[in-house]
Amino acid sequence: MARLDTSSHFEAPDEFYAGLIAAQDGLSDEACLAFCARLILLLANHVGDREVLDEALAIARAGADQN
Amino acid sequence: MFQDRYDLAFRLYPYARAADQDAPTPVRHPVVVVGGGPIGLAMALDLGRQGVPVVVLDDHEGIGQGSRAICFAKRTLEIADRYGCGGPMRDKGVVWNLGKVFRDDRKVYEFNLLPEDGHRNPAFINLQQPYFEKFLFEQIQAEQAAGAPIQVRGRNRVEAITPAEDHVTLDIETPDGPYRLQADWLIACDGASSPLRSMMGLDFEGRVFKDSFLIADIRMTDSTFPTERWFWFEPWFKSGASTLLHKQPDDIWRVDFQIGWDVDRAEELKETNIRARLDAMLGPEVDYELVWSSIYTFQCRRMRNFRHGRVIFAGDSAHQVSPFGARGANSGMQDVDNLGWKLGLVLSGQAPDRLLDSYNEERTHGADENIRHSTRSTDFITPKTRVSQIFRDAVLDLAEEYEFARPIVNSGRLSVPCTYDGLSLNGPDALPGGPSRSRPGSACPDAPLGGGYLLDRLGGGFTLMTLDAEAPEAVTEDGVTASRLALSAADDPTGALAARYLGTAASGVYLVRPDQHVAARWDRYDETAVRAALRTACAKD
Ligand SMILES: Cc1cc2nc3c(=O)[nH]c(=O)nc-3n(C[C@H](O)[C@H](O)[C@H](O)COP(=O)(O)OP(=O)(O)OC[C@H]3O[C@@H](n4cnc5c(N)ncnc54)[C@H](O)[C@@H]3O)c2cc1C
Repeated sequence: MARLDTSSHFEAPDEFYAGLIAAQDGLSDEACLAFCARLILLLANHVGDREVLDEALAIARAGADQN
Repeated sequence: MFQDRYDLAFRLYPYARAADQDAPTPVRHPVVVVGGGPIGLAMALDLGRQGVPVVVLDDHEGIGQGSRAICFAKRTLEIADRYGCGGPMRDKGVVWNLGKVFRDDRKVYEFNLLPEDGHRNPAFINLQQPYFEKFLFEQIQAEQAAGAPIQVRGRNRVEAITPAEDHVTLDIETPDGPYRLQADWLIACDGASSPLRSMMGLDFEGRVFKDSFLIADIRMTDSTFPTERWFWFEPWFKSGASTLLHKQPDDIWRVDFQIGWDVDRAEELKETNIRARLDAMLGPEVDYELVWSSIYTFQCRRMRNFRHGRVIFAGDSAHQVSPFGARGANSGMQDVDNLGWKLGLVLSGQAPDRLLDSYNEERTHGADENIRHSTRSTDFITPKTRVSQIFRDAVLDLAEEYEFARPIVNSGRLSVPCTYDGLSLNGPDALPGGPSRSRPGSACPDAPLGGGYLLDRLGGGFTLMTLDAEAPEAVTEDGVTASRLALSAADDPTGALAARYLGTAASGVYLVRPDQHVAARWDRYDETAVRAALRTACAKD
């Protein structure tokens, strides 16, 4: 059974994070949400595996429920 | 006192006084069907063809004007073929395969129903619902002429029902005044707002969608639009949040505009306003005639239980879905297909009453599947929240350029027959290498056979279909007979029969139910196993 891999994989974590923030630079909240949605869809398709995606959804949702 | 609720497209069964109305005490009938819509008419055909006397009561004298349903699926046509009226439907209907999805003025996605060869029926035809019902009714008349015990009584409105342990009493209003009938079994096919369901105080739960749709059926002769299903999200012509264009027979086109929840219906239905939307879409130079218009909203909901003692619900009275996916009438036809043989066996004493509980089990399973699909389509077409709208738009954005996003675009997942996976009438799947599509619970896929088609040879009764396997000509278990249909992979040189029923197996034995669903399958004939499966399929164990 496939599992969501939560160990660290970024070659350069700071670079990735900077890129993520830079990519949204100057966008309105609305445009930024659309950006996030496209990004999620692109990455989710890359993962593909339904169990992994379900696990990611559950973890993300648990974070939201705690807030 | 007899006010029609709608105008008629075809006046088919004018009120005529029945002898029952003069009887001193209520006459008892084995089966009364309430409602002469597509589902009630099909129910009457199924039972009447089995020789079961059936009385259909409808509060009108024929078929309502205006086409609600237009897309009829392969399985529906197969069922209609079993009843003898698939031919006229195919002849009149428009066959289509290609669907295109646009956003604004750009095509984002295209699907092809890709009909597989070797089936009598296409994946879909478009046909106005009044024609569909008329062909069912004409078949009823043909069966009546051949002696089938079917009666259809127009302007017979059921006002009250009194269910008892082993029958139901009906209070019926007619132009000549009231009378009563009794029925051993009452089949409620009285539509989505089912008066019978209300009379019994039964639930009908689910979701209401906050959007409305304006239908305009128009006649256009010199059209440049092809016979395809065209669906626009956020169309450039701005006549609706989404718009559907689909061809029907007689040069009629269905146009369906998504117009939002808070609308002034009377205002929207004015011809000038409808024409303004159409003109923006078609261009001012295109000439058309407005044939029918209406505004609908929709729900996805079902009764918790389709069977309540001697009252059984079928069609829209039992379940309702959004039109996207064409799962309304198509699923109602599967209800009838499922219920007909079971009721026949129970009435003749060949199966126990609890066989009818399997109707509930199998068709609520089907309804849930249909509701799931139609809810998902609706959530895509009419996003509920700002964020779901953002995701929907992101899918459409990406779909224009990236292939991966196109299968997520959902403008309706079209009706396919339900497979009764894991349900209680199924016997063993003991055919190693057998294809998944013909596993127990599934509707038998069609295949070419000797200049005709396999499905013409299945159904009505139980069939023991053998493929390159030995078996006796008939097996009778506790009064129920399965007759052999002896086939060989060589009977179909195209190889479709073998591909659909054998897969990698060398031989196969299928027990097929009267509704052409697979009950069980093996790689060879085993008498004990077949007898057991026949008992299971009749709810005897
Ligand atoms: C816009 C739209 C588009 C659709 N498109 C499709 C499609 O493409 N494909 C598809 O498969 N489905 C489609 N559907 C759904 C389809 O129209 C219905 O599923 C179908 O009509 C249900 O048939 P029915 O016989 O169960 O009910 P109905 O057609 O509603 O018939 C019920 C009958 O019962 C009668 N009746 C009611 N009360 C009484 C009473 N008290 N006494 C006697 N008689 C009574 C009524 O007069 C009526 O004749 C669509 C629906 C809509 C609204």
